[in-house]
Amino acid sequence: MSIITMREALRQAMDEEMARDKNVLLMGEEVAQYNGAYKVSQGLYDKYGEKRVIDTPITENGFAGVGIGAAMAGLRPIVEFMTFNFALQAFDQIVNNAAKMRYMSGGQFKVPIVFRGPNGPAEYLSSQHSQATQTFFAHVPGLKVVAPGTPYDAKGLLKAAIRDDNPVIFLESELMYSWEGEVPEEEYIIDIGKADVKKEGSDVTIISYSKPLRYVMESAEILEKEGINVEVVDLRSIRPLDEDTILNSVKKTNRCVIVDESWPFVSVASHVGWLISYKAFDYLDAPVELVTSEDVPMPYNHNLELAAQPSVDKIIKAVKKVMYI
Amino acid sequence: MAEKLYMIALSPTMEKGTIVKWNIKENESFTEGDVLCEVETDKTTMDYEATDEGTILKILVPEGGKAAVGEPIAIFGEPGEDISDLLFEEKEETEFVEEKTQTEKQVETKNINISKDTSENNDLDRIKISPLARKIALMKNIDISKIKGTGPGGRIVKRDVENEPVQTTKEIKRDYVPIQVETRDEDIVIPLSDKRRIIGERLSQSKYTAPHFYLTVSVDMSNVLENRKLLNKKYNLSLNAFIIKIVANTLKKHRRINATLNNDSIIEFGRVDIALAVAQEDGLITPIVRNADKKGILQIDDELKTLIDKAKNNKLDPEEYTNATFTISNLGSFGIDEFTAIINPPGSAILAVGMIKETPVVENGEIVIKPIMKMTLSSDHRVIDGALAAAFMKDLKDTFENPILAIL
Repeated sequence: MSIITMREALRQAMDEEMARDKNVLLMGEEVAQYNGAYKVSQGLYDKYGEKRVIDTPITENGFAGVGIGAAMAGLRPIVEFMTFNFALQAFDQIVNNAAKMRYMSGGQFKVPIVFRGPNGPAEYLSSQHSQATQTFFAHVPGLKVVAPGTPYDAKGLLKAAIRDDNPVIFLESELMYSWEGEVPEEEYIIDIGKADVKKEGSDVTIISYSKPLRYVMESAEILEKEGINVEVVDLRSIRPLDEDTILNSVKKTNRCVIVDESWPFVSVASHVGWLISYKAFDYLDAPVELVTSEDVPMPYNHNLELAAQPSVDKIIKAVKKVMYI
Repeated sequence: MAEKLYMIALSPTMEKGTIVKWNIKENESFTEGDVLCEVETDKTTMDYEATDEGTILKILVPEGGKAAVGEPIAIFGEPGEDISDLLFEEKEETEFVEEKTQTEKQVETKNINISKDTSENNDLDRIKISPLARKIALMKNIDISKIKGTGPGGRIVKRDVENEPVQTTKEIKRDYVPIQVETRDEDIVIPLSDKRRIIGERLSQSKYTAPHFYLTVSVDMSNVLENRKLLNKKYNLSLNAFIIKIVANTLKKHRRINATLNNDSIIEFGRVDIALAVAQEDGLITPIVRNADKKGILQIDDELKTLIDKAKNNKLDPEEYTNATFTISNLGSFGIDEFTAIINPPGSAILAVGMIKETPVVENGEIVIKPIMKMTLSSDHRVIDGALAAAFMKDLKDTFENPILAIL
């Protein structure tokens, strides 16, 4: 096992898959000569050349469309968005072509494409560049949506996403690129659609994914000292959703807090909350609590920006609320 | 939705404030711009103006109490709203211990009210309980109206029921000493006699194949009884002889009642042979008075006496109890008010006769006591339609009530 960053884990995943399959290519703004806006594609241009690592103009809808066409023609493109805030430009291509082409062609076309890049709030980026967009994509049938929270999960899931014959939205986070974690030397794959119990516990379930997972783990540690035994479920994949792992955990603990950094209304969190109320009704001892970003555009002021997002403090409050203490 | 009213910074450096006076009391409404209360800050006394409208539902910080900026000082909303959840949240440490205990008391009295209400009307919907706690209570057979909930607004939660002992079924004290039964009477096994088997087969066949329907009438027997009393000064006539005679004469006028189904035709009998069901020690038998319409009551009564005697002694010949065209079954001597009988083939109808009973009836707007007998005709709908049977019963009732009609 070596300790590597999320950035490096993602790079390894792409490198390994490009070496394995000549049809895999990477395209996006600054991915080639500059080695990536966040240095995720470090060295890939030198290694694979300009045919397989392609700098694109600033035209999200255009290059997303080029990628989808390439995927329909048999290549396996990885399209990097400098941030998923810019992916909204390409929303028409992703939702209307990538997600639906296999269905509307009666299975004649496959769209083996991965759209990846940082998603969600970082720092000092204001309302238009701090959005957690997972809800927009998770809403659309035909798209797989993946959002890992550790370097290990990121590498295994990105390799699975590249090999998947369907379009996968692969969500990262600017602040997570430098996070470190253990990643084995040997090759491994993590199946899309499998949640992971990051910590076993008996008193309360906290469900989360992507960046807030770190706050959840910190909260669990603090609560542990107070004698509250937390189980942490990391969704990893949003679509398909691993209902069994969610329900089994809640049936065990009878209480649930869902932590999601997107807005609360019609969110991944609200859907999971409904799912639990529907399929684990008799096991609940308290209403399911959501800890999400506030239902407002992200403020620019840094104090307000932090206050608008989920925090360790908010998670601990929510846990105590569902435990009636 | 009820909301909390928080202490705000009424001066730039204010960290805490003392409520000097509440201008809007509990259950009073206010609109935007109204002065809710006066707050003494670090510098001066300021008016706390409302930025919203509503009704003060609960004052959390009383006059003279202190609150830091950001702490709730009251709850406001629509009149009559349930604020128990908001009150429950108010468990945080504040400087107003006194006020805190008051709040908790409020919650507790609420609980007591809830359980009191429910124990009276047992309306489970009014007990707040989590789904899990409800399930646990159900499995342990716990009466949840007896449980004090510790969740928000008195909600019963897992911890309130998980340590409760399993309740056995509710005990109701009854004053008796249970008896241990040591011995039981032996079951008696009786082999089926041929007679029982034949009764079973014939009546099953009748009940399965003939669609029975039933018509009941109440008959005023005053005149029949009077006539019988008159005749019995000289003769000893049974009531059944009268019944057979009147039924036989009425059947003459209603041929379809005295009929049988024969494959694809209906035979309306030219004879009136009336059977009377007679109980034996093991089973029953139906001796027959042949051509009863042509015989007088004296002859009918004589024949009956002979037949019944033979029946009781198992001495009837088959021709004396087979092929009746109509049957009468009378259980009046057993005190039966009314009953329905199973048709005795080949007949298509049977008359079930109950006891004669002194009964209050209304006559010309007056309640008078009459000897009433109830009769029920069971008919085979394949042969007899409801209206025909009804017409027969009406005629029969009239004849019983005015026996003179029998000789028309």
